[in-house]
Amino acid sequence: MEVSRFWRTTKQRYQLIGEVCGHCGTKIFPPRDVCPSCDLEAKTPFEFGGKGEVFSYSTIHQAPAGFEKYVPYTVALVKLEEGPLITAQLTDVDECDVKIGMPVEMVTRALREDGERGMLIYSYKFRPVMESKSI
Amino acid sequence: MRDVSIIGVGQIPVAEHWDKSIREMGYLALSAAMRNAKVTVLDALYVGNMLSGELARQEHLGALIADFSGLRGVEAVKIEAACASGGAAMRMGYMAVASGLCNFVAVMGVEKMTDQQGPDITAGLAMAADGDYEALHGLSFVSINALLMRRYMHEYGYTKGDFANFAINAHANGVGNPNAMFRAPITFKAFSEAKSVADPINLLDSSPIADGAACAILAPTAIASEFSDKPIRVRASSIATDTVSLHDRREPLWLEAAALSASRAYDMAGVRASDISFFELHDAFTIMSALSLEAAGFAARGHGVRMAQDGSIGRTGKLPITTMGGLKARGHPVGATGMYQIAEVALQLREEAGPNQIANASLGMAQNIGGSGATVVTTILERIK
Amino acid sequence: MRSNIPVGIVGYGSYVPRFRLPAQEVSDLWTDGNAVLPVREKSVPGLDEDVATMSIEAARNALKRARIMIPGQFNPKDIGAVWVGSESHPYAVKPTSTIVAESIGATPYTQAADWQFACKAGTEAFQASIGFVGSGMAKYALAIGMDAAQGRPGDALEYTAGAGGAAYLLGPISDSFVEIEASVSYVNDTPDFWRRQYEKFPEHAGRFTGEPAYFQHVTSAAQALFEGLGKGARDFDYFVCHQPNTRFPVKAGENLGFTMDQMAAGLLVNDIGNTYAGSCLIGLTAVLDKCKPGDRIMVVSFGSGAGSDAFSLKVTRLPSHNGVLCTHDYVRRRKVIDYAQYTRLKGNYRLT
Repeated sequence: MEVSRFWRTTKQRYQLIGEVCGHCGTKIFPPRDVCPSCDLEAKTPFEFGGKGEVFSYSTIHQAPAGFEKYVPYTVALVKLEEGPLITAQLTDVDECDVKIGMPVEMVTRALREDGERGMLIYSYKFRPVMESKSI
Repeated sequence: MRDVSIIGVGQIPVAEHWDKSIREMGYLALSAAMRNAKVTVLDALYVGNMLSGELARQEHLGALIADFSGLRGVEAVKIEAACASGGAAMRMGYMAVASGLCNFVAVMGVEKMTDQQGPDITAGLAMAADGDYEALHGLSFVSINALLMRRYMHEYGYTKGDFANFAINAHANGVGNPNAMFRAPITFKAFSEAKSVADPINLLDSSPIADGAACAILAPTAIASEFSDKPIRVRASSIATDTVSLHDRREPLWLEAAALSASRAYDMAGVRASDISFFELHDAFTIMSALSLEAAGFAARGHGVRMAQDGSIGRTGKLPITTMGGLKARGHPVGATGMYQIAEVALQLREEAGPNQIANASLGMAQNIGGSGATVVTTILERIK
Repeated sequence: MRSNIPVGIVGYGSYVPRFRLPAQEVSDLWTDGNAVLPVREKSVPGLDEDVATMSIEAARNALKRARIMIPGQFNPKDIGAVWVGSESHPYAVKPTSTIVAESIGATPYTQAADWQFACKAGTEAFQASIGFVGSGMAKYALAIGMDAAQGRPGDALEYTAGAGGAAYLLGPISDSFVEIEASVSYVNDTPDFWRRQYEKFPEHAGRFTGEPAYFQHVTSAAQALFEGLGKGARDFDYFVCHQPNTRFPVKAGENLGFTMDQMAAGLLVNDIGNTYAGSCLIGLTAVLDKCKPGDRIMVVSFGSGAGSDAFSLKVTRLPSHNGVLCTHDYVRRRKVIDYAQYTRLKGNYRLT
């Protein structure tokens, strides 16, 4: 069982908190403390809006240990509105409906269990943007 | 800096070695290489390996294999750089001999994968990716390559079938390699109907899980001919790195480390891409073949796949690749693969490749890729005339 | 019951997962299709959904509405309590509420706790929030009723045990669009339904759950509120009640003098099943989605064991939605599954 490893990245996974570079303004996710654009230190927290589009995707039929019970599931590179690419699962969508360029939004979902007795790991995933049709 | 040559190579067949442990496989490849080089003592042993701790429940491979091989006391360490571990061991051995610190160095790649079951192997391989930001999200290593392939198809307008010849060519070459895991040809129809692993990647885009070990003995070129009739000179050896995760790359479809590693190698050897006679590339998946061809300067961006379509990559083509079956047909025992590539390039240059012999092979290149392109080792070898 | 400081609803949000199991599927498997169906279909959570994730989405919707209600001034750090009522918390021990609080940026200086009172857990959190804000101990309090309910295969509850619920951000009346006029709680020890420690599925007392439990408590709480306010059914525009099936809430409403016109807007059970601790609270979000200033709403919960909370709400301002998802956006989003898929989603296949 791992606990501290998951706890450390809670803010990134629950709230999509990355960083913004104080020198060049680049938005960074996942946080890496050194700006990938200008190589200067960048430690200012920045909360991403959670909107983006599918850059690429794949559906997994042979899962790594811990994810067997979720197959088939779809993973993607999502291009966030603020710039960076993020790797995440897609949810609430059938594989045949996924397209490159499809607008998606961040939701918080269960990722997997750390074994039968271990903690539940929650994280960002992305789903097709839901538009309100009621009002 | 001293000039370095390969004076011997050894390998065991890539297979599911149910009856052999990692130390036995290492010993068999090492002893074969030492016999081939006619040496009985070594100054150092560098063991390239990715997953022994996870899949074979054994670390500390340097001392383990040295002792098991009757070399107790020798300098020996494990070198790890994901799937590029074998190539990285070659680079470390090269530096040791070139620097003058060592005269006889064994560089080995060894991997024991089949002691574990599918999901655990898949999880182990995903350790080549970013643990917190790729693997934790359920990505398998195949799926990361699938993300690349899907995007490549989207940006350059290819269909899945366009990649088929990479696999068909590899299997055709595997037929003539006694050390290959798969020695049967495949058809386009079989490729088209293969089971999906991580869409769009199917079983026949993918290299198989396997056990294996391969080894080479390095020595100063100045004394190489005393040990080998056909010493193979190391013209260039380089490693370059990039971000471990795909999402952090400047351009996901451009293997920056592969380009950097290749251009450093060309500079070191004083050659250009067009001087290379044949290329053992890292065809873990068909998409990697295309990206590697582009990054190493053999094809323009988005044109790597065309080299498979137009026949350039066959044994009589403009640039033969995976001449002994590649990762696809010879097999991909991950940490061992880089050394299989080196051994195969050496065999081609020594004209010992049997039915797979390339005509007029003078300058061979191997490129070993770790992860989705985070560590790339390029080695250029030449037959000393 | 009335708070010292007037309290209102600043924001609200709902959530329903996308999968639907038609009740006919259950009937076909267990009764050769002969059952009288208590609902048409019920909502089923996906493999990656539980009370924590559903609560987070409902809470985020509530906060979006709060930001519209008080533009530029709402700060999640002002939420003094994050309370989640459910009978299907993901952990037996470890709060759901901290996961929700962390996800909406309310941590670390906030109260957080999980509430449990069968299907009344959500309104229990709502009652406590009135007290917390109404006493001045917190500027805002977030009350959530959410469930991913369990029903034993083949049992009557399997037809209806659904998933979903709602989140309410309560705060000062000046920031609110709904005023909470008064509330009543009515409880006693009536064991009509329970789930023992370590048991996966709840037990129930069959027909006993009707008259002595559900109807007795719902009616008593509602009548106490009528008397306290000096009002009757005709003074209310809407009536929302706990909805274990399509029949009970309508019968309870009719007993209290309400008509279908007053009840229809808040009746969701036929489309999403019984969402337990979320049931009447998500019925209320459907009403708030279409209410107008001046409307008065009565809400009555029921939790087995047993008790009811009754509330009188008065709409003071027109809520602005500005693209925030409404209850029927979720109700309309539906992917029908069969019994085999349902069994997999509920984890009822034994894999090892």
